[in-house]
Amino acid sequence: MTRSDVTAQVGQDSQGERRAQAAAAPLPGALAIGLRRGVVELKQFFRQAEFVVFTFSLPAIILILLGSTFGDTDPAAGVNVSQILTASMIAAGFISTSFISMGVGVALDRQAGTLKRLRGTPMPATSYFIGKAVLVAVASVAQVTLLLVVGTVLFDLTLPTEPAQWLTFTWVFLLGIGSCTLLGIAASAIARGANAAAAATNLIYLTLNFTSGVFITISALPDAMVTASSIFPVKWIAQGMRSVFLPEEAAAAELAGQWELGTAALVIGAWLLVGLLLARWTFRWTNEPG
Amino acid sequence: MNAIRVRGLHKSYDEVTAVDGVNLDIAHGEVFALLGPNGAGKSTTVEILEGHRRRSAGEATVLGEDPGSAGRRWRSRIGIVLQTGGNAAEDAAVLTVEESVRHYAGYYPRSHEPGEVIERVGLAAKARTRVKHLSGGQRRRLDVALGIVGRPELLFLDEPTTGFDPEARRRFWELISSLAAYGTTIVLTTHYLDEAEALADRVGVITKGRIVAEGSPDTLGGRASATATVRWHDEEGPHAVPTDTPTALISELATTRGELAGLTVTRPSLEDIYLELIGEPS
Repeated sequence: MTRSDVTAQVGQDSQGERRAQAAAAPLPGALAIGLRRGVVELKQFFRQAEFVVFTFSLPAIILILLGSTFGDTDPAAGVNVSQILTASMIAAGFISTSFISMGVGVALDRQAGTLKRLRGTPMPATSYFIGKAVLVAVASVAQVTLLLVVGTVLFDLTLPTEPAQWLTFTWVFLLGIGSCTLLGIAASAIARGANAAAAATNLIYLTLNFTSGVFITISALPDAMVTASSIFPVKWIAQGMRSVFLPEEAAAAELAGQWELGTAALVIGAWLLVGLLLARWTFRWTNEPG
Repeated sequence: MNAIRVRGLHKSYDEVTAVDGVNLDIAHGEVFALLGPNGAGKSTTVEILEGHRRRSAGEATVLGEDPGSAGRRWRSRIGIVLQTGGNAAEDAAVLTVEESVRHYAGYYPRSHEPGEVIERVGLAAKARTRVKHLSGGQRRRLDVALGIVGRPELLFLDEPTTGFDPEARRRFWELISSLAAYGTTIVLTTHYLDEAEALADRVGVITKGRIVAEGSPDTLGGRASATATVRWHDEEGPHAVPTDTPTALISELATTRGELAGLTVTRPSLEDIYLELIGEPS
């Protein structure tokens, strides 16, 4: 008997045994794997110091620069422009930690072969997205906290005391990061490669923040520009955040003269569905031809 | 039933045919090497069997299932070590070796103890090192650790030692041989002849999307029965006599001439056979 004959025979016995055991042992659940992926995603995110600093500091720096430049009272809103900016930039902050982070992060996972390697394991796709959702949630809460600190310390932003306002905050935040995460995942697949994804998501992000009245107050922008931007979610997420952090009378400065929370919910909710469909249709595990 | 059964496998992209009618049978516990030059269709074939690519035509059965539609249970029974791509260094680069292996272990119903796997691939000293600080060879060992931590019945290794120095390659071979000794079925692609010869029970030579020869490294392409050349030298100079019966010839020489200086019997090397098979002049 040659070595390979022996190996083959030993192999077949233990193979048969293994098959029987493999068939019996239950596969780990998608949620359990997803939460473990969340831990791994967070470790990877927070260990890349330069990435963390850039992600978190950019919205804060923009807020400090713009808030210090346009500090005067907005006559239409009756509050300081810096407070309006803070409320809007909170939205921009978590749009960044969801839309841009996912657009670039998933594209990087595809480019580095992480996704292809995962595809070769019994990890369900759902678990990968649960892991990403954990990362987005933690990074977004951290981002919002940082901007709230900057806003209250530098620009006299007062935190709302009404539970109703915190309720609004919660649903706008959740719908916002949900839709932007899904749209980011879709953007990662539409762009080819991580650099293209970074360029595309940043361009969309900066443009919409400008035209939706985030970087510059709505009252200072041409009506037509804001109206055109109203089909996109950024305007409505920012408006929702302004309704939470600004006094009721500041609604007068909005295009419609009110907060329009119902419309905001509809538009952001619609983008959540669009994002879900786009992410599903466009998702792929590699950049290679199948 | 065999671990892998492939009949008439075809794969084409637009106008280009990458795999052109491959048939394969690989038994449980066997180490099979798919040997061929770059672009021969090795990786495409293997990636179809791994479930990474869709075939254009033909049949493929891997561990009793169609890899094109098999689910999580099936994936828990195979292990994959992919070819290293251009940006692979960025994959999970800031995790440590131990974190990576432990995390992957959690995907499987009956994984090995992560520490044992790290030990087995020879990375115990690097367990707490971040992946980005590993050398190329160590990274490849980690790839193997991630591929075997789920206790696979079948392991795919796609060009596992490309870019290794000879010493690292030899150590890597020992690792693979030890896996084979555990009874794991191994399908390996390589363009290194010595690698196929060192590791494989059976070799399939693939070129232009077709398998042109199949057999054990000793018998590949009729190597065992090919005409041998008996060489020696004496006062008349060097002799080289081609013969189909080298034993009889040497026996006769021994009787008539006694001890011969520089006596050798050579058959075509695996390299000679291989180059002939893939149509390159040797």
